[in-house]
Amino acid sequence: MASRLGTSGIQSTELTPELAQLRDEIQGHALSYGLDFFETIFEMVDYDQISSLAAFGGFPVRYPHWRFGMEYDQLSKGYEWGLQKIYEMVINTDPSYAYLMKSNNLVDQKMVMAHVYGHVDFFKNNYWFSKTNRKMLDAMANHAVRIRDYMDHYGQDLVENFIDHCLAIENLIDPYLPFSPKKSRSQEKEEENTEIQRRKEGGVLPERGRLKNDRQYMDQYINPPAFIAEQKQRVMDQAKQSRRDPAEPQKDVLAYLLQNAPLEDWQHDVLAIIRDEAYYFSPQWQTKIMNEGWASYWHSRIMTERALKDSEIIDFADHHSGTMATGPGRVNPYKIGIELFRDIEDRWNRGRFGKEFDECDNMVEKAQWDKKMGLGRKKIFEVRQVCNDVTFIDEYLTEEFVERQNMYTYAFNKRTNQYEIVDRDFKKVKEKLLFQIANRGQPLIFITDGNYQNKGELLLWHKHQGLDLDAKWTKETMRALEAVWQRPVNIETEVENQKKIFTYSAGEFTEKQV
Amino acid sequence: MTYSIRRDHSRFRSIVKGKIKQDLKKYVTNGEMIGRKGKDQVTIPMPQIDIPHFRFGDKEKGGVGQGDGEPGDPIGGQGEPQPGEGEAGNQAGEHTLEVDLTLQELAEILGEQLELPRIEPKGQKTLKSKTEKYTGIANQGPNSLRHFKRTFRETLRRQISAGVYNPEKPVLIPIKSDMRYRSWKTDIRHENNAVIIYMMDVSGSMGDEQKEIVRTETFWIDTWLRSQYKGIETRYIIHDASAREVDEDTFFKTRESGGTLISSAYRLCEKIIDTDYAPSDWNIYPFHFSDGDNWSGEDTKICLDLVEQKLLPRINAFCYGQVESRYGSGQFYKDLKEKFGNDHASVLLSRIENKEGILQSIKDFLGKGK
Repeated sequence: MASRLGTSGIQSTELTPELAQLRDEIQGHALSYGLDFFETIFEMVDYDQISSLAAFGGFPVRYPHWRFGMEYDQLSKGYEWGLQKIYEMVINTDPSYAYLMKSNNLVDQKMVMAHVYGHVDFFKNNYWFSKTNRKMLDAMANHAVRIRDYMDHYGQDLVENFIDHCLAIENLIDPYLPFSPKKSRSQEKEEENTEIQRRKEGGVLPERGRLKNDRQYMDQYINPPAFIAEQKQRVMDQAKQSRRDPAEPQKDVLAYLLQNAPLEDWQHDVLAIIRDEAYYFSPQWQTKIMNEGWASYWHSRIMTERALKDSEIIDFADHHSGTMATGPGRVNPYKIGIELFRDIEDRWNRGRFGKEFDECDNMVEKAQWDKKMGLGRKKIFEVRQVCNDVTFIDEYLTEEFVERQNMYTYAFNKRTNQYEIVDRDFKKVKEKLLFQIANRGQPLIFITDGNYQNKGELLLWHKHQGLDLDAKWTKETMRALEAVWQRPVNIETEVENQKKIFTYSAGEFTEKQV
Repeated sequence: MTYSIRRDHSRFRSIVKGKIKQDLKKYVTNGEMIGRKGKDQVTIPMPQIDIPHFRFGDKEKGGVGQGDGEPGDPIGGQGEPQPGEGEAGNQAGEHTLEVDLTLQELAEILGEQLELPRIEPKGQKTLKSKTEKYTGIANQGPNSLRHFKRTFRETLRRQISAGVYNPEKPVLIPIKSDMRYRSWKTDIRHENNAVIIYMMDVSGSMGDEQKEIVRTETFWIDTWLRSQYKGIETRYIIHDASAREVDEDTFFKTRESGGTLISSAYRLCEKIIDTDYAPSDWNIYPFHFSDGDNWSGEDTKICLDLVEQKLLPRINAFCYGQVESRYGSGQFYKDLKEKFGNDHASVLLSRIENKEGILQSIKDFLGKGK
């Protein structure tokens, strides 16, 4: 862990006495507002260390891979060229570790600490983080050791190559899986039986082997019962075998590969590691807006109501507004998040919710609506506990809010060859925003068949929602997938409203219409 | 911690270098892609190397933004979100990667890809090169160079010998005479000298395209020879009917309309060698680029004699690059070839038809290890 790095002198990662005092002060404020967080350990790092930590996703140790080096290259260059600066970083573990940049001034450090306590409260209390491994520091270090061992044993190139393949498909997981009830064995059995029953009723399974016979008294000689029963059993067995595997389209493609791909032990372990880490990080993508919004909300309150000195106002305002900056063509999660939390608090304070409010069509009355309910604080704590970004936006994004925040949808105009504002309509903005955050704005991919065409090929299904896949990237990803599955890989999709199947087989990419 | 990022970083760098090597032809052909950065660094743009994912087409995506504007107004730039603070983003980016390489690294890539042999230098190692290394210790210096350990040790030593050191309660207070600072030592090494003398025909028939090819080619030749010799000088001669020595900038920019007397350049070249570069001390590389037209057969004969009698005895290799142009006859290449043959040890000929031919031409010149 980073804390063991330096012990004393200039290398120390410990807080200075002055900062330690500030931390206690900020922590006190955070507690008094009702925030509830894991123990949080702050460490002081320089820009090179923070670039390296950020490249590792916040962790001091990760398995060897060039991608981290690339991240680091970009982050440290970005800092050296004055383009970007990482102010803070915090990881979801218990105790939680947060890093402070040594070169930041005091007011920045205060603000960052307040922000961090907001994040850690969120990690601890938000439902979607509840299944994450809070000892991930150890797990990451463990993964690093295992992969390093494989590299020593099988060669760096071979293992790294395989990691590349796994990373190409690391997003093919189901973030909701940790929250769905596990099917019991008997349930599965039952489903199996209904499936057979269904096929039989649908005429898929005629009573095979029975000969045509008009004279009923001869039946037991022409169609001996024992023979018929035997035939019936065979058909049932066949039906069982030809049952699609998986029975339902499955979103966790990685799990399917782990169970069914012909992997060597080390490959299996590497893939399991990648999947593990993907699941660990997935709540952070699911709650990006909320998490940043919540942390920003609290740093703002703690600073402006309690911790800020007069002399620090300008620096704070400068930094805060930098964080909240909006630009064309993007939604700043910090900005939308903090504003939405504030909006919810205001609405519940004034009772601007529910049937009565929604149905009020007197605009003057509606504008002045204030029931003085004071439920705001309670409500935002509830929201931070149960929502993720999708439900947060779906439930609480209002038409007034979209208008006040000046939000719009944009799209690429092929005629003018540029991105243009399309619409400010509430429904469209909301729909587009939800689309962007659901599944991280990535295509929905399912595994539908592991024995496609009875040739052991993999069949994926892209659930088309109006956007086509990028052909070049799809091809590259399928190449990686084929390397893991070790048999041809197919994907069902749509291109310009035409159903197609892409196939990647032994280095050849083909597409055919369905 | 930092150890493992260093390792990942160097792994990334070696992958990047591998990609540059793979695409070397592209970079050589389009010389303008390579940017100079300071004295010995270049930046090379390359497509982001990325881990692929299933994703939507770029132009399809669109999204939600915030700010003023009417429907139909352009929003400019990319629709991709910028990484804010917080977790490191590992979202796929579309930008290009700017890779910094030292000229030495670039030369290595060139050498490996073209399988260029190392040059065996001739002459004595007469050039003194000085390098300064911070290996020494001094009693004075700036605080930024303070040597903590040594200062600590001096303090400890002084306090123990003075009897003011208490192991129970170790308090060390350095005084001025305890301070130690890092300091440099000068290292003198003897190196081989080399000079490249570039000559170019700037008569009317050499167009912009031809000059661009020469410019690109000289960049790579420079890069390679610099990696082989520590101290290297370059001289530039332009000629039409007469020759003169110019600086690098003028060399590539000048355009004359006169006729062509190649011998004028060779004479000047000989003179430069005579005055400044004793063949016993220097490795000498004359490069001549032209479109192959000479004024007369007579002058060509003078040229051939000059090369054979005056230049060849003093130099490592005489390199002639003929940049094909619509107006040139290309006769001079044939004349040289007739005289010295295809496999002459130190007369290296190359024809460069277009930009695509640069890579092969570099190999023609440098592939002999001269």
